[in-house]
Amino acid sequence: MKLSRLFTRVLQRELQLAYRRRADLANPPLFFLIVVALFPLGVTPDLERLATMAAGVLWVAALLANLLSLDLLFRSDHEDGSLEQLLLASSPPTLIVLGKALAHWLVTGLPLTLMSPLLAMMLALSPAAMPLLMLSLALGTVTLSLVGGIGAALTVGLRQGGLLLTLLIMPLFVPVLIFGTAVVQAAGAGLPWSGQLALLAAMAVLALVSAPLATVAALRIAVEE
Amino acid sequence: MTPVLSAQSLRCERDERLLFDRLDLSLMPGDILHLTGPNGSGKTTLLRALVGLGQAVEGHIQWFDGQVQSNEKIWYIGHRPGVTLLQSPLENLRYALALRGLERNESSLFEALEHVGLRGYEDVPSRQLSAGQQRRVALARLFLDTPSISVWVLDEPLTALDDKAVELLKARIQAFAAAGGSVLMTSHHGMSGDAVRTLALGGAE
Amino acid sequence: MWQSSFWQSSFWKNLVRWFHKWTSPKWFYNLSRPLGAWIGWLALLILVVSLVWGLAFAPIERLQGNSYRIIFIHVPAAFLSQAIYAAIAALGLIGLVWRIKLAFYLAKQSVPIGASMAFLALVTGAIWGKPTWGAWWVWDARLTSMLVLLFLYLGLWALHNAMERPESGDRAAAILALVGVVNLPIIKFSVEWWNTLHQPATLKFTEAPPMHISMLIPFLLAILGFYLAAVAWALKRTRLEILQRERRTQWARDELDRLGGNV
Repeated sequence: MKLSRLFTRVLQRELQLAYRRRADLANPPLFFLIVVALFPLGVTPDLERLATMAAGVLWVAALLANLLSLDLLFRSDHEDGSLEQLLLASSPPTLIVLGKALAHWLVTGLPLTLMSPLLAMMLALSPAAMPLLMLSLALGTVTLSLVGGIGAALTVGLRQGGLLLTLLIMPLFVPVLIFGTAVVQAAGAGLPWSGQLALLAAMAVLALVSAPLATVAALRIAVEE
Repeated sequence: MTPVLSAQSLRCERDERLLFDRLDLSLMPGDILHLTGPNGSGKTTLLRALVGLGQAVEGHIQWFDGQVQSNEKIWYIGHRPGVTLLQSPLENLRYALALRGLERNESSLFEALEHVGLRGYEDVPSRQLSAGQQRRVALARLFLDTPSISVWVLDEPLTALDDKAVELLKARIQAFAAAGGSVLMTSHHGMSGDAVRTLALGGAE
Repeated sequence: MWQSSFWQSSFWKNLVRWFHKWTSPKWFYNLSRPLGAWIGWLALLILVVSLVWGLAFAPIERLQGNSYRIIFIHVPAAFLSQAIYAAIAALGLIGLVWRIKLAFYLAKQSVPIGASMAFLALVTGAIWGKPTWGAWWVWDARLTSMLVLLFLYLGLWALHNAMERPESGDRAAAILALVGVVNLPIIKFSVEWWNTLHQPATLKFTEAPPMHISMLIPFLLAILGFYLAAVAWALKRTRLEILQRERRTQWARDELDRLGGNV
């Protein structure tokens, strides 16, 4: 069987599982919505002032929503022993992990991206920045899913894994947050944004190449613990 | 004849206890190596280390001639059988095959599931099955015809099975060995037959 | 042919033997006792000289007045916290690749030291910031990077403590440290870029104006003193870690008996 075939199988399985756990699927978008809705209540309803913060608020909320869902990435696989089977596959486990990360992006990063224009309007983000908001979220959440996978793998067997995951992964999310927000701000202000977007893409590529390796190494420890 | 598996001077210490030391073992085609020993004697730890899950065991381990990728020749069924509860037995079986780079048509999958007594349960979510039935989902792969697989590594395959299923699986293991396959297993049940060799752990105590 | 003769040569065998001996916890334990003591006293001496010199005798700085003197503590602490993180990652790699326990022990016990240095750099930064910027905390690029570094350290320590088996903790933390060390330049770059975007250049921290020789000497001495102190501290912590982790071996038991209740 070709590797691409296995990759599709993994993706198919993950999406099927996500669909069968669809109650969990709603959590990140819901969290995204709630955090964004709380901001005007806590800060100001003044649209002009909200507009200046919109890029940052949207990105922080999307990042937290993503983080919330990472804890479950490997948990059930670890509990039922599928993780051991994954590591003993005849194909490189990195490929399977990559499939899982892509599935995670499809069910969290992508929905967050698709709903972001709606929330951006609530925060009066300038319409010119809208496409860039979506583009930066789409690219940035790829990195979040991949890098977050490392943290999820490191904490999968642990009690209180969720809290620890946040501590481990937050510092690594800083560059994505900075450049993601910067793209949207630059676009809103009519400034050039392609450099920032390119950096965001570069980070996604770096994560694509290296994160699965670290994730598999971490999973090997998790099945031993 | 090259051994399927040869391991020398294995040593394992866990939580301040020496489980085994200077342990040698080898597995030839047609062998059934039955690991016995009391609970906590390190059977599972040893099996897992041999297939490459974990570094708890020191020593030299070599599969085949040390050159080929061994994973694609081994079925490993562990204590946690790797059955996804949100998926049906059929889906589980298909995924287990995919991880070995294998595919089988629907009818042979149904046949394997029927062998382990899961007829009529093929499309039921595994969550709704009993513990014994869930183990059978994992065991179903052993009833498939998979020429590329020459080794079974089975951790307590006979637990949670009823008497009839125990006999069925034992017979299947014997048949696999008779056909030139090798089996490495732990069990509290006795295994009999010419091909069976027993290795007792926990003798140090 | 020559290759095999090289691997069998006495030179190579001696090298391997020497390496194994050096990385054996027992050998390290015995060596580090006198070494640690010497380095510790030397560090103390240098630190006292440099800090008294720097804090009391070095001339007042033209632009910042006396408040610049905190660089004698702040800069060495900031340097060290970054160097220690790199060292932890390197040790982790050594531990993972060559399975050398000693590298893991050293890496683990360097974590609290690096974290203390990052914390010290942040606190001294805040103390410096109050008279200079008029605020205890300013989102200066270097301070922000240091804060992120502190989080990375806390993550390492939390991971060590969360794992049930210390061996798993060692390897998990090594992976995290390696991921962190790849990310650290990216984090620093992004934070610096973010900072220049949002803040017009103020008086930048640690970019002290060219130093007069009478400031430079105590400054360099302070850096040396901090490094030596960190090494001595790491040796001491690692010795305890070795005793704890090797407590089943005969030599460690004897050593524990010898130390009695003084551990």
